[in-house]
Amino acid sequence: MNATATRFGIWMALVPLLIAILGLGLQGLAIIDTSLFFTWGYFLEVLIAGLLQGVLYSLVALGFVLIFKASGIFNFAQGSMVLFAALTMVGFIEMGLHWTLAFILAAGVMVVLAIVIEKVVLRPMVNQPHIILFMATIGIFYFLDGFGQTLWGSDVKVLDIGIPKDPMFVLPNVFEGGILINSFDLVAALVGAVLVAVLAVFFQYTRVGRALRAVADDHQAALSVGIPLKTIWAIVWSVAGIVALVAGIMWGSKAGVQFSLALIALKALPVLILGGFTSIPGAIVGGLIIGAGEQVAEVFLGPLVGGALQDWFAYMLALGFLLFRPQGLFGEKIIERI
Amino acid sequence: MSEAASLTSEAPQSAPAASILSVNNIEVIYDHVILVLKGVSLEVPQGGIVALLGANGAGKTTTLKAISNLLRAERGEVTKGSIEFEGRRVDALTPNDLVKSGVVQVMEGRHCFEHLTIEENLLTGAYTRSDGRGAVQADLEMVYSYFPRLKERRGSMAGYTSGGEQQMCAIGRALMSRPKMILLDEPSMGLAPQLVEGIFETVKRLNEAEGVSFLLAEQNTNVALRYARYGYILESGRVVLDGDAEKLRENEDVKEFYLGLSASGRKSYRDVKHYKRRKRWL
Repeated sequence: MNATATRFGIWMALVPLLIAILGLGLQGLAIIDTSLFFTWGYFLEVLIAGLLQGVLYSLVALGFVLIFKASGIFNFAQGSMVLFAALTMVGFIEMGLHWTLAFILAAGVMVVLAIVIEKVVLRPMVNQPHIILFMATIGIFYFLDGFGQTLWGSDVKVLDIGIPKDPMFVLPNVFEGGILINSFDLVAALVGAVLVAVLAVFFQYTRVGRALRAVADDHQAALSVGIPLKTIWAIVWSVAGIVALVAGIMWGSKAGVQFSLALIALKALPVLILGGFTSIPGAIVGGLIIGAGEQVAEVFLGPLVGGALQDWFAYMLALGFLLFRPQGLFGEKIIERI
Repeated sequence: MSEAASLTSEAPQSAPAASILSVNNIEVIYDHVILVLKGVSLEVPQGGIVALLGANGAGKTTTLKAISNLLRAERGEVTKGSIEFEGRRVDALTPNDLVKSGVVQVMEGRHCFEHLTIEENLLTGAYTRSDGRGAVQADLEMVYSYFPRLKERRGSMAGYTSGGEQQMCAIGRALMSRPKMILLDEPSMGLAPQLVEGIFETVKRLNEAEGVSFLLAEQNTNVALRYARYGYILESGRVVLDGDAEKLRENEDVKEFYLGLSASGRKSYRDVKHYKRRKRWL
């Protein structure tokens, strides 16, 4: 864990340097090819918007990491859990409840859902190969997708819990016109940061958190010291459900609650490959890199290739990573004693 | 078989103490088809150290896993017989409940949690306890007093420690659940003879000072019979011989097959094979 922390620190220290190099590169390109446009103020603006967007990717990726870490299952249904949670939340708000109460109820629903999934789907398949469990999560994906819409309707819904959405202009003295930051994105990023901090403390310092990590390392040994796998799985799915709820609220208030929410899971995939499937800091850093990278690429390099870079940039980046660092930036190396 | 029977009848169960664990004629089947144990019975007296000996595939590990109820996670099940711990049937308990009632297994190949530090590994062992942080902390110190080496390495990730340290860690982790009995599977595997000696010394001290009973599966017959008081020899899923450790050590067949000694001195490998072919256990 210490090694991870050190690596995290080094990366954080390198960030301003990387940003400066990236900016200089783009500036150089703009000089060579006059069809490209570049100013430092605009560059930072796009970068910050991208980073904040990246936090939302991280929130989704986090749900995957939690379940993958504890049970080795790649939970395809995470995306539909995000949708289902957001739909439930909106449903409760439409019933006239205050959003805090709706949040608590929706969190309760996600916990119940986790327990049901553990009992009905995971328990009967406990000794099956991982691919079978993965298939089962595809089933859960479509079930939740349909069930949520049957329950709450399939219209596009507006979710508003009062997060300010006004644009802010910062540093007007340094850059001409200042840098535009969306205050909603800023709030979402803060919420994400708090959630991650809470999870990190939970995993690192509590008895259950330790047991979760133990189960992630070695099921058999965890059983042999008396850690009940079933309880642990129910807890992990509950936590992943609540993370999905937070992600759903943030995405939902940004883009409306609708079916396409379930598909942001696809954007979480490159984030996971970048950050490593087993690492919480990895999910965060991966999300930030993907978010910032695709925004900057779209705005400054898009004109070179005729746009729509945003749709595939993340996957290209992930592909590159798979070639050179398959366990991701922070993924747990397989410890092999020689 | 006749010889086996005669040996046991000569030495009537020399375990007058009440038995803490008794396994009665259990049969274990994997995957509904593979019959691994064909009626194994054994007793572990209160406060005893009992060795379960035999070659690869004899069924030692399966016997231990049947007791600790880890079989179900490997698609195995106990189809006949019963297992009693302190006079209570425990065949149907979950591993979690079993650890709570005082039986814990140290698995073959150590199985430490690689990405957790040594100290975190030890603390996971206390998962089932509910007697408070203070008691757990006291036991942590107790484990460190038996394994000072672990204290030095408390902050290292278990995956990066040596085999001996991992074995200590696995035993220490089991101790943290405050067990009455430890099922120890192949503690000597892959360790230097000196380390093996050290591990067994600690087992003996734990047995004497903390009153923990041990059932240990070993291939290293020589060491096991020096520390255990009673032994069972398994062959292809059956107990073929059992008796007091000293008696087993003196037994001609055990010497021949498991200790590599024989009355007629060293033999060439060819002769041994020939001899083995002629005379076999049932």
